[in-house]
Amino acid sequence: MIESRATRIGLKVWTLLVVLFLHLPIVIIILYAFNAQTAQGWPITEWTTKWFSPTLHDEEMRQALWLSLKAAVGATVIALVLGSLAAFAIHRFKFFGRDMISFVFILPIALPGIITGMALNSFFVFWHVNFGIWTIIVGHATFCVVIIFNNVIARLRRTPTSLVEASMDLGADGWQTFRYVTLPTISTALVSGALLAFALSFDEVIVTTFTAGVQNTLPIWIFGNIRIGQQLPEVNVVVFLILIGTILPVTIAQRLTSESGILRTRR
Amino acid sequence: MRAFFELLPPLAWFFLLYLAALAVLFVSAFWSVDPFTTEVVHTWNTENFREIVTSPDWRRVVYRTVGIAAAVTITDAILAFPIAYYMARLASPRMRTLLFVLVLLPLWSSYLVRVYAWKVILAQNGILNWSLEKIGLPAANIGYTNTAMWLVFSYIWLPFMILPVYASLERIPDSYIEASHDLGGRGFRTLRSVILPLALPGIVAGSIFTFSLTLGDYITPTLVGGASSSFIGNIVYNTGLGAAGNLPFAAAFASIPLLVMAIYLLLARRLGAFEAL
Amino acid sequence: MKRFHIAALAVLAVGLAVPAAGTGKSTGLPTAIGPGEGKLTMIAWEGYLDAKWVKSFQKQTGCKVQAKYAGSSDEMVTLMRSGGGGQYDMVSASGDASLRLIYGKDVAAVNVGLVPGWKQFFNAFKSPPNNTVKGQHYGISLQWGPNTLLYNTQKVKPAPTSWGAIYDSKYKGRVTVPNNPIQIADVALYLSKTKPSLGIKDPYELNQTQFNAAIDLIKKQKPLIKKYWGLSSDEVSLFKNGDTWLGASWPVTTGTLRAAKVPVKEIIPKEGATGWLDTWMLSAKAKHPNCAYKWYSYISSPKVQASQAVTYGETPVNKLACAQMNKLSKGSCAQYHANAPEAYYRSIKFWKTPVADCGNGKNNCLDYTKWVSAWNQATA
Repeated sequence: MIESRATRIGLKVWTLLVVLFLHLPIVIIILYAFNAQTAQGWPITEWTTKWFSPTLHDEEMRQALWLSLKAAVGATVIALVLGSLAAFAIHRFKFFGRDMISFVFILPIALPGIITGMALNSFFVFWHVNFGIWTIIVGHATFCVVIIFNNVIARLRRTPTSLVEASMDLGADGWQTFRYVTLPTISTALVSGALLAFALSFDEVIVTTFTAGVQNTLPIWIFGNIRIGQQLPEVNVVVFLILIGTILPVTIAQRLTSESGILRTRR
Repeated sequence: MRAFFELLPPLAWFFLLYLAALAVLFVSAFWSVDPFTTEVVHTWNTENFREIVTSPDWRRVVYRTVGIAAAVTITDAILAFPIAYYMARLASPRMRTLLFVLVLLPLWSSYLVRVYAWKVILAQNGILNWSLEKIGLPAANIGYTNTAMWLVFSYIWLPFMILPVYASLERIPDSYIEASHDLGGRGFRTLRSVILPLALPGIVAGSIFTFSLTLGDYITPTLVGGASSSFIGNIVYNTGLGAAGNLPFAAAFASIPLLVMAIYLLLARRLGAFEAL
Repeated sequence: MKRFHIAALAVLAVGLAVPAAGTGKSTGLPTAIGPGEGKLTMIAWEGYLDAKWVKSFQKQTGCKVQAKYAGSSDEMVTLMRSGGGGQYDMVSASGDASLRLIYGKDVAAVNVGLVPGWKQFFNAFKSPPNNTVKGQHYGISLQWGPNTLLYNTQKVKPAPTSWGAIYDSKYKGRVTVPNNPIQIADVALYLSKTKPSLGIKDPYELNQTQFNAAIDLIKKQKPLIKKYWGLSSDEVSLFKNGDTWLGASWPVTTGTLRAAKVPVKEIIPKEGATGWLDTWMLSAKAKHPNCAYKWYSYISSPKVQASQAVTYGETPVNKLACAQMNKLSKGSCAQYHANAPEAYYRSIKFWKTPVADCGNGKNNCLDYTKWVSAWNQATA
């Protein structure tokens, strides 16, 4: 054991507290899915399950959810490809404008969402592009790329190049080395990045407002319902159901990529 | 290697489009609007920037935004490090999966709804004051204040800090730490001289998210902020859109986060920790 | 957004012009409502396209309604202009946005002769200045409401009678007002009665001195404000959770709070009040103008006016809606002042976009762009 016992106990307690902190609002959200009143006041005086059925049958909500899923998948795939490509390029080659490119990737996240939204909107208008799912995907991909990029770069920085050299020495070609050596080392970074990117896209509302046109994604639908306040519990029901629905995929995704770590000696 | 270069053009293309769109927008920061028609007039001037720099109100907004973004980043780094360390190096595979899921799950529950939940917690008759009252403490009036915003932002972006730090801590070979111990470095010394420097890229990567996401946000200030909580994003939104949209001014104001991020990334590079940037 | 692009875009935009309903002429108003196009896209305030009245409209006319909800007038203007215009057929614009849409040529003139309900409107709402310019109607008035003073009867004693209550340091940290630059007019209205030396006649036409006085009062008020509310539901939370005790409000907020058993009351203080008047406007590039006119006829009829008024919590512009309102909810007609004499409507200072031209020969009034900038600085 490397860490002292006191340290380990301290870390366990800290972890527990942080997890509780992360989930306190989640518990509140779930509680309010069963709130009979529409305004969110405390304490809850009346409990009910009457909101579940209308929510599930809400056509607007279902269309919005489906659109959000499609857009998030599209944006994440684009981000995975472009983000890791960029990370490899920046990591391996020293070329002019290296820092500038990293800076450009950060922009969609650093700038207020409305700037990206307004810029893209006028751009699409100018080039006569029809607003639809693809404009949404492009809008989301702009800020999803940096997430993958940052994660992969951070991982590549920590990966010794000796591994790749050893692989080459042992007779593997470029593609084999990539498949058997490089990919496994960055796989966790890719998966956690993809999950983050998907979540960010799924949840985005500002840029989407400018790139969506007449369609609604789920966050826009939620925003609308929060505004009028008369169907607030429906929103809580939707979130509750989504949470339940994502436990499995996220668990599987994490399991798929948990490797023993090439450089770890114990586990 | 060849396939590599074939795939780079779409990457370049993608960001060139985005840059072109941005460029047109920011160029308009040097223009102004005709007060009568509210049409944008293409006369070059730096009036917008002068107004931002000389107005104490606008300056206050910028300092507030940057200040809270920094506070959130530091808070999240402190909160995230121990849990990331535990997840990466001490937890069993089953526990690690569980923690991974627990950390990511809040991200799936809609940013808007989570912030709304905090409203319920922090309101005057909300859960926080109700709990404090139950144990005999005075009410903490942090609803609709900058403290509330700092708290909510730290909460919202925490997973974005935990995951990159986890990713970088996970790759530290045990041999490094064992070697450090063998050389006489105990606990804290090993942490300071071996673990932290190796984890720094992850921390910096996470900090870029927390800092920039806070810098550009305007929804949380709108929902949980009070009377003196306007962020840069709020000003850009309020002045740039709609009935009297002063797009040039909004574009000028929006160039501030751009500048701040440029400085931030420069500093990150200077620290030598994030060589890629 | 098309504004700050070069002329090329303007040329492209012209090429996208859609022919108007019923006629092929470029300037003439339609003379008849043609067959419905099967679809109608609308930008509306939340609650304005409730299934209660939209369902029956869709059945009657076959025009399927696609709604995009917006939370502020500014958002509505931006949406109307997005995609080069033409993405949406109609917008329920408030008085602080309607003139901008008219001057920005985003909306088309309408033929009120094709809307039977229009003749039944109160005179004040047939051709109000915020949707009628030089005799041309750019939309049909929809509903309106006053900006009232709302207070918690248990916390605010004695009951206030003047707007001065929200500028009184007695209630520090317990006040809320809308986060809207047009609020400057409410402050100006208050000053016009309390500081007559300033000479404010129209709260939307302010010269620099009058304007500065209003901004000063806003800055003095800021420490009293807990939060500037953006949406009605924000204000509902603030009052319900005990964060604020008094503030500027809308009748719909009062209705929601009272339904939730919060002890509040709303009044129109002795200095008077400003008000908002919503207009359904037709996009200059509308793709479904016939369905739009069918909507006009439908939404202006007494029964639907009453239904919307009672459901949302506002006042109809159609005189005959009063009786229908009482059928739906007893006493609602009087509650929302739907049967008040014409003089009452003329006493409300309805929202209109401030422009530099004061109508006094001089152009020294401040335009809305300056209002937006000053408001955001004062409340930052």
